[in-house]
Amino acid sequence: MFWNKEIECIDEEKLREKQLERLKNTIKRAYEKVPYYRKKLNEAQVSPDDIKKLEDIRNIPFTSKADLREVYPFGMFASPLSEIVEIHMSSGTTGRPIVAGYTLLDIEIWGEVMARCLTMAGATKNDIVQVAYGYGLFTGGFGVHYGARKIGAMIVPASAGNTRRQIEIMRDFGTTILACTPSYALYMAEVAQEMGIEPTTLKLKAGCFGAEMWTEAMRTEIEKRFNLNAYNIYGLTEIIGPGVAHECSEKKGLHVFEDHFFVEVIDPDTGDPVYDGQRGELVLTTLTREGMPMLRFRTRDITSIIRDKCACGRTFARIERIRGRTDDMIKVRGVMIFPYQIEKAILEVQGVEPHYQIIITRPQHLDEIEVMVEMSKETFSDEVKHIENLRRKLEKRIEDITGIRVKVTLVEPKSLPRSEGKAKRIIDKRSLHD
Amino acid sequence: MDKVYIISVFAENKPGRLERITKVLAEANINILAFSITSTNGFGVIKFMVNKCQEAYKLLKEKGFTVSLNEAIGIEMKDQPGGLYEVVKILSSKGINIESASVYVAETRKKAYLIVEVEDTTKAMESLKEENLKFLKPEEIL
Repeated sequence: MFWNKEIECIDEEKLREKQLERLKNTIKRAYEKVPYYRKKLNEAQVSPDDIKKLEDIRNIPFTSKADLREVYPFGMFASPLSEIVEIHMSSGTTGRPIVAGYTLLDIEIWGEVMARCLTMAGATKNDIVQVAYGYGLFTGGFGVHYGARKIGAMIVPASAGNTRRQIEIMRDFGTTILACTPSYALYMAEVAQEMGIEPTTLKLKAGCFGAEMWTEAMRTEIEKRFNLNAYNIYGLTEIIGPGVAHECSEKKGLHVFEDHFFVEVIDPDTGDPVYDGQRGELVLTTLTREGMPMLRFRTRDITSIIRDKCACGRTFARIERIRGRTDDMIKVRGVMIFPYQIEKAILEVQGVEPHYQIIITRPQHLDEIEVMVEMSKETFSDEVKHIENLRRKLEKRIEDITGIRVKVTLVEPKSLPRSEGKAKRIIDKRSLHD
Repeated sequence: MDKVYIISVFAENKPGRLERITKVLAEANINILAFSITSTNGFGVIKFMVNKCQEAYKLLKEKGFTVSLNEAIGIEMKDQPGGLYEVVKILSSKGINIESASVYVAETRKKAYLIVEVEDTTKAMESLKEENLKFLKPEEIL
């Protein structure tokens, strides 16, 4: 299903023309209205008039999270504050938070791209959309809300938390589309079962899950638990919030709404572009944002671009599901590992619920990883040797996938902290100072 | 011949775990007749034989423990030297392998019971039928 078929299936040549025109305008606007950009472009000796073709974007300096923190709060705004109608903010886990400002047009565009996402998940005006992303400074709740409103669906602005009530609402209202983080969806399935409500009996037909990394195996698990179609949604506060990219029914990568966002993938070490299909750091440029144009923002998300024609008919390029973060790659004994690899291993060793935590320590001079995995009712045996076998199997599978020997500890069900937002999977206890 | 039941609970090997489990049983006024703990690599399995096994099983499950209910055979033995030997001699002669075992000493101290979990309870009981053994009946563990 398409929300805006004319644009979503636009002829590629026309798309590139549109992108170039919009890119020129964006760079010009940023240069003229944002002193911080003007300074950066001047230092790099680039003038907005130098942009003649799309490839010329490579001459524009990158924008990093650190840049955005430096100009806290409103230094990146390209519109006077009187034109800014809404503010969102990213959770500043390290240092100052990042503030995003939206004009009325920006909010309109946000609704448009989110309407496309929800339509890709099968939403129509006849649907009941339960938004279980947090409402507030976080972009998740409001972003989905604006999209669902555009479609004319019935919105249940549940926000995150109060899980039992969420489930009662789903049952009593007959919610058909759920939007939340994938780990929260799994948690909801668990709580529903505790309440004596079998999740498959709910009327859910699809879910838009994002705002954290997850895996194909987790998708299978969520789809099975709720009997729904689970789609991957991508976005970030710095660019707009949710609605930058979303999966179509093919579920083979996320279409980036290229009429609003310009997508590049670079080598995080050199900053050079990588070939299509090759993994690297995702870099995004807004093409229509008024309030806060973003030039070549380094997302720190690892992915690759897929430019092959998609069976769904959309011409927009796709990115594969986010494979990691440049900053939460864990480097252990010199080897890069990602939490998704460990998750994959746990799910492969059948029956163990995907609740785990990775603890990294350095007791002497060598890094050690301990993976705490919750025992599941399904795999419990009254024989210690069977459980010990399961534990060894987990250790072996993790080693096969990551190349690193880890210690697996089986813990009691529900003993690991649950999250209603982003799951905290890694606890790095390494102290690098003496 | 009747089967008896053993409750197995998964527990991390940490202080307070056994306390949490036994508190549940104590509060429900359930009597523990025999129990054992096996542990390795930071976790263990705690096994109980209790007077109200179905009730205990349901209760522990509701409280969120990972628990299973398994069949076992209770064989009477004399509470005197050689009592255990007499019984296991018969078991081994029938090729019955003990997966796990515990002992229940009846209050009179005249006799005790060897509680064994084996691979196939029904088959094992069948092969022991002809032997001069007395088996623990569920109604005796009240």
